[in-house]
Amino acid sequence: MYGEEFEKQVDQIVARYPQPRGALMPALHLAQETHGYVTPAAEAWIADRLGLKAAYVHGVTTFYTMYRTGKTGTYLLQLCTTVSCMLRGCDHVLEHIKQRLGIEEGETTPDGTFTLVTVECLGSCGTAPMMQVNDEYYEDLDIERTDALLDALANGESPKPGPGPLRVIVE
Amino acid sequence: MEKILTSFIDVEAPHTIEVARAHGVYDGLKKSIGMDRDELIASFKASGLRGRGGAGFPCGVKMSFMPKDPSPQRPSYLICNADESEPGTFKDRVILEKNPHLLIEGMMISSYAMRCSCAFLYIRGEYGHAARVLFEAVEEARKAGFVGKNILGSGWDCDLVVHRGAAAYICGEETALMDSLEGGRGNPRLKPPFPAQAGLYGCPTTINNVETLSCLPYIVEHGPEAFAAIGRNERNTGPKLFAVSGHVKTPGVFELPMGIPLMELIEDVCGGMLRPDKKLKAVIPGGSSVPVLRAEECQDLPLDFDAVAERGSMFGSAAVMVMDETTDMVKVLARISHFYAHESCGQCTPCREGTPWLEKVLQRIARGGGREGDLALLDDMAARMMGTTICPLADAAAMPVRSFVEKFREEFEYYIKHGRSMVSAG
Repeated sequence: MYGEEFEKQVDQIVARYPQPRGALMPALHLAQETHGYVTPAAEAWIADRLGLKAAYVHGVTTFYTMYRTGKTGTYLLQLCTTVSCMLRGCDHVLEHIKQRLGIEEGETTPDGTFTLVTVECLGSCGTAPMMQVNDEYYEDLDIERTDALLDALANGESPKPGPGPLRVIVE
Repeated sequence: MEKILTSFIDVEAPHTIEVARAHGVYDGLKKSIGMDRDELIASFKASGLRGRGGAGFPCGVKMSFMPKDPSPQRPSYLICNADESEPGTFKDRVILEKNPHLLIEGMMISSYAMRCSCAFLYIRGEYGHAARVLFEAVEEARKAGFVGKNILGSGWDCDLVVHRGAAAYICGEETALMDSLEGGRGNPRLKPPFPAQAGLYGCPTTINNVETLSCLPYIVEHGPEAFAAIGRNERNTGPKLFAVSGHVKTPGVFELPMGIPLMELIEDVCGGMLRPDKKLKAVIPGGSSVPVLRAEECQDLPLDFDAVAERGSMFGSAAVMVMDETTDMVKVLARISHFYAHESCGQCTPCREGTPWLEKVLQRIARGGGREGDLALLDDMAARMMGTTICPLADAAAMPVRSFVEKFREEFEYYIKHGRSMVSAG
C-alpha cells in the first residue's frame, strides 16, 4: 500500500503503542496525508496490518471530522463559525469567500483549487475570525487579509500562517 | 505576579530545549527523581492545585488513587489531555506551541510520582503546528535523557507518545479519549470503574489537563506553600491561564493569579470593550457549556472555581467569552446548540436526539418562525437531557439553553412574537 516507505512508517507507529490497534488513528492520518483522503483500499490494508476488521476501521474513519473519504480541492478552507468567531464577524467572511469563489459550503471550485467548509471551534478564539487551510491556521481574518490569503494560495504561494498584526472585527 | 507557565514565551524560539533549559525547565524533574514518590504526591495535594481542564478536581488527590505496585502485566499510564475543544478555550495551545518542554517536564514528574511506564499526550487533531512542535520537543527531551530508558540514570523507564486526535469534541471527555487513544470511536464509558482502576487498555490511568501538568515543576522547585500563596484562597490556588475572546479590545491568553476579578480582566487586562460606546451585555465565564452571566452578575466576581459556582455558573476552562449590547442572544444560543448537536457521539438517546432538537427549535426561532410554547418546549427538552446520559455532553448542551432562555427571556419572546431580533430592531 502506497509503497515500502509508507508501510515502514506504519510499522514504526505500531511499535509505539501497547497494542497494535492504538496505531489506527495515526495510520489513518498517514494514509490521508499520502493520498489526500482515506480510501476503502487503505482502510482494508490498515485493518489487515493491525488485525482489525475493515468495517471497524471504516467506523473509526467516519466518526472523526478530520478524516475525509473523498477528494477535496488543493486547499481545504475550513472556516470556524463557532461563537467567538461569530462575535468577531465570521459570517461576513464566509459570505465574502462564497461570493468570491462562487461556491457554497461543501463545494469545490471548478478548477479544483479550493474546497470550502465551515467547522466547529478550532481553539483560536483570541484571533478570530480564523480558518484552517489544510494543516495551518490563518488568524485575524478581516476581508482584506482573507483576500490576500486567497490570492497567495491561488498563485501557489505558501503564505505565513498565524495571527495578523492586529485583532479585527468584520461588520 | 511572577509568571510561571508563560514566563519566556516571548523570547526567540521558546519551544527549543536549549532555550527552555536556559530558563530552568527540567530542573524540577532533576529534583523529583530520587525523591520519595508519595511525598511528591503529598506536596501536590498541599499545593491546592485543582485540575485546569474544567472540573477542578484536586490534582494530588487524583494521583493518590493510582496503585503503588504496577507490574509489566498491569502498567500504570499517564495521559495528558490536550484535546482542548470547548468553544472559547485556547489556553493550552500557548503551552503546547511555545512552552512544550515545561509540559513534558510536568508529564515526566507526574509519571515518576505515579510509577508510570508510559505517558501519552493526546492532542486535538487540528492543532497540527502544535503537534509538530511536540513531536520535535519529545525527541529533544529523549536525546537529553529526560524521556525514555533509564531517565537521568535513575533506572526508571518511561516513554512519551504524542497522539493526534482527528476532530471530535467528545474525545476531551476522559473515557472517550481513552477509547480514541486505543484506536476506536470516541464513545464515553460508564464510571465506575474510574480510570485509576481501569483506564487505558483496562490499566490504571490518570488523565490531566495540559495546564495542570505544567504547574507541577514549579511546585517541586519552590514548594507547595509558594504555589498556594498565589490565588484568592486555599481552595483556589496558583496561576491560571485565562482565554478571553469576543467583544474586548485585546483578546488573548493571559496568565494571572487564580481569582482575578472578571471586570478587572475585561477592563484592565483586555483594554475594555471593543467598541467603547457599546455596553457589556453578557459573559460566558468558562467555555460555551456553562451558564451565561448577565452584565450585572459580572460585577465583583473573582474568577475561580468557587466564586463562579456561587454566582450560579461554572469556572470550567476559564474561557471567558465577552458579549456587548449589540449581541443577538438567540443567534448565539442557536450557534452554541449547533455545536453540541454536531459533537454528540450518538451513544445515548437523550443526547443524540435531544441536541439536534434543541438546535432545530432555536434555528426556527432565529429564522422568525418561532411558535408559542417553544420556550417551554426548550426547557422541557433540556430538563430531560440533564443527568440522563453516560457523559456530561448532554448537560453541556442543556445548561446554556436553560440559562440563556431564563436570563434573556425577553429577547426570545420578542423573536417569537415579532419574527425578528429585538437587538437589531433597535
